[in-house]
Amino acid sequence: MDDFLAARAQMAISLGFHIVFACVGMVMPFLMAFAHWKYLKTNNEIYKGLTKAWSKGVAILFATGAVSGTMLSFELGLLWPGFMKHAGPIFGMPFSLEGTAFFIEAIAIGFFLYGWDKFNKWFHWFCGFLVGLSGLASGILVVAANAWMNSPSGFDYINGQYVNIDPIKAMFNDAWFPQALHMTVAAFCATGFVVAGVHAYLIMKKKNVEFHTKAFKIAAAFALVGAFGAPLTGDVAAKSVAERQPIKLAAMEAHFETEKGAAFVLGGIPDEEKGEVKYALKIPKVLSFLVSNDFNSEVKGLNDFPRDEWPPISVVHYAFQIMIFFGVVMISIGAVYLYAVFFKKDWLTKNWLLKTFFFATPFGYIALEAGWTVTEVGRQPWIIYGIMRTVDAVTPMPGIQYSFYFFTAIFVSLSLIIIFLLRRQIHMVPKLYDPTDAQFNDKNMKS
Amino acid sequence: MIYVVIGFLWLSICLYVILGGADFGAGIVELFTKKRARDKTKEIMYESIAPVWEANHMWLIIAIVILFVGFPEIYTTMSTYLHIPLVLMLLGIIARGTAFTFRHYDAVKDNWQVLYTQIFYYASLLTPFFLGLIAAATVSGSINPDATTFLDLYIFSWLNWFGVAVGLFTVSLCAYLASIFSLRETTDRLELGLMIKKSKQTMTFVVITGGLVFLTAYLSGIPLVKWVFSKTLGIISIFFATVALGLILKAMKNRKLLPVRALAGFQIIMILVAATYQHNPNIILLGNGQHLSLLQHVAAPKTISALGWALMLGSLFILPFLFYLMASFSKLRK
Repeated sequence: MDDFLAARAQMAISLGFHIVFACVGMVMPFLMAFAHWKYLKTNNEIYKGLTKAWSKGVAILFATGAVSGTMLSFELGLLWPGFMKHAGPIFGMPFSLEGTAFFIEAIAIGFFLYGWDKFNKWFHWFCGFLVGLSGLASGILVVAANAWMNSPSGFDYINGQYVNIDPIKAMFNDAWFPQALHMTVAAFCATGFVVAGVHAYLIMKKKNVEFHTKAFKIAAAFALVGAFGAPLTGDVAAKSVAERQPIKLAAMEAHFETEKGAAFVLGGIPDEEKGEVKYALKIPKVLSFLVSNDFNSEVKGLNDFPRDEWPPISVVHYAFQIMIFFGVVMISIGAVYLYAVFFKKDWLTKNWLLKTFFFATPFGYIALEAGWTVTEVGRQPWIIYGIMRTVDAVTPMPGIQYSFYFFTAIFVSLSLIIIFLLRRQIHMVPKLYDPTDAQFNDKNMKS
Repeated sequence: MIYVVIGFLWLSICLYVILGGADFGAGIVELFTKKRARDKTKEIMYESIAPVWEANHMWLIIAIVILFVGFPEIYTTMSTYLHIPLVLMLLGIIARGTAFTFRHYDAVKDNWQVLYTQIFYYASLLTPFFLGLIAAATVSGSINPDATTFLDLYIFSWLNWFGVAVGLFTVSLCAYLASIFSLRETTDRLELGLMIKKSKQTMTFVVITGGLVFLTAYLSGIPLVKWVFSKTLGIISIFFATVALGLILKAMKNRKLLPVRALAGFQIIMILVAATYQHNPNIILLGNGQHLSLLQHVAAPKTISALGWALMLGSLFILPFLFYLMASFSKLRK
């Protein structure tokens, strides 16, 4: 394997895994704090058990997210020293703030996990909430740094030199808001669906039904907000991409020829040589509308750009299609659920509804990963859009393929262990977390 | 503002070595404890670190962020030429952090615990070893960007006897810190006796490996003796570290353990001062005779000022909250 390809693959794997850990770690605390709030308001012990059960998930995923994040802070330099040497001082501001947010998260999680019955109950609750809040802040800050790579600002690039550096301007680049907004909503959607799916499955198993139903309701509410929010925020993000990175938008849609009233291309197989998309469903004029709210506006096509600045068209196009497909599926599920909540209460306990949620468990994360693939692969061949090419940033050290194998092995084994651990937590629900179960004995539980 | 940033870099490295080091040390001490006494040792040592261990490791991230934002050339030089030991250190950090969490939070306690524990032990050993090795490479002149072969550029940049000695020294320091820190976790006479014995053993190792560092430095032509003893500050710090050692021994003898933690932390700071003061502000001494300096190889002024403000404002939030966490839990244990 070529060193450059290996470095890119390693970065993709690392980010791909970290995104999952980080998003769960960002949203689960809110689920947990919500259940905790319910407990404090109602004094229903089931909510207390649920809070504790979810907090164990938060602890496991937070620790994993923290180490994979630590790895990434090193990998940036290990793999892309050419990039970090110049970009570090420009886009580093959000990272230095993120350090604070992350630190507060770590402290708050210590208070929350070990603080049951030891502190004022609302202080304890607030610490749990703070875990979510600071996690969210971390996520937004890191996305702001990524956004800078798409929309470099806060410096002047003169004769190969980076001058007049302004890190604050760099942080508030044009892409940060749309990216951070869409990402946050997507994280809620993805995590909501995962948690709802798991609890739906457990309700179907007819064990601890009340416990899991309470859990399911909370998670489904989060999933719903995310599912409906994703297309709205996605629209903001797409308009921003069209303005800043027209070539990325063209790749997402495999849109080759510049035209007025461009069609929205769904599916299909792009042929880069011939410049066409086979077997696609084309909805006339919709792409123009989505980009500018005008059915007849002009959308730039790939052929207007030099060939050596094209990102890999197929990857970007397929990833975008996958994201849209799963997004639409999740909206539909959300709509059915909402209808059931308001008009058909008896549907809520039906197996088919629970089964649907169970099948949808990974959908949010598939869409989220696909969306990040669009963002990252769509920026290629640039690491700093329009300024530095990825190939010029890679480390001079040979043999990166071994590093790639090594990191892949680490991430795969970490994920397997996490799945194993979470399964064991779930198996222990009757004994440790559900106070209405006959086997329940919280003396078994270490805090 | 640059001095604020350098100050924070210093602070986070010191705190990582002391707090993170004590965490690593807990694993090392447990590894070298006979099976019979292991459970007891584990119990004493872990009650103290469980709520704060996540926070202890944040200091490393803070140091890294300061490096790549404020001193990008220093960061990229290290990550290019010390790629391999950095990856190995990362492996240790990941394995240790996750194994610790898994062994603590796994809902079922069964044979898997043995696996987590084994991983935890060896990762606790591996990480500080490579941390020391990396620190040694920054000053030993083994990094040479002008070299031409793969071996010289990426392997002998860190692989040498001096590095190994500093690695072992760091491991001993961590074990020493952990055993000293645990002294105040128990009031039971028997347990205390056990931990005092451990503290003395680890102290011996610190002295032996410290000697080894000087020996290998001499053999490799690194003027370590000159660095440490040619300036007043160096001599004073070594003197204070030795005095602190005496005070710790005395406190252990009289079983008056209130000041031991502070003294041990103070010793580490003195050792760090002695080891780095001489070539300050140079932080990396390269094999081609050039230096990377904290004052010269620094980011644009606006970046440094933003970074300094971010760190100062951040610590306004972090430090009181962190002290409250540590204080609350140490009070609760009593």
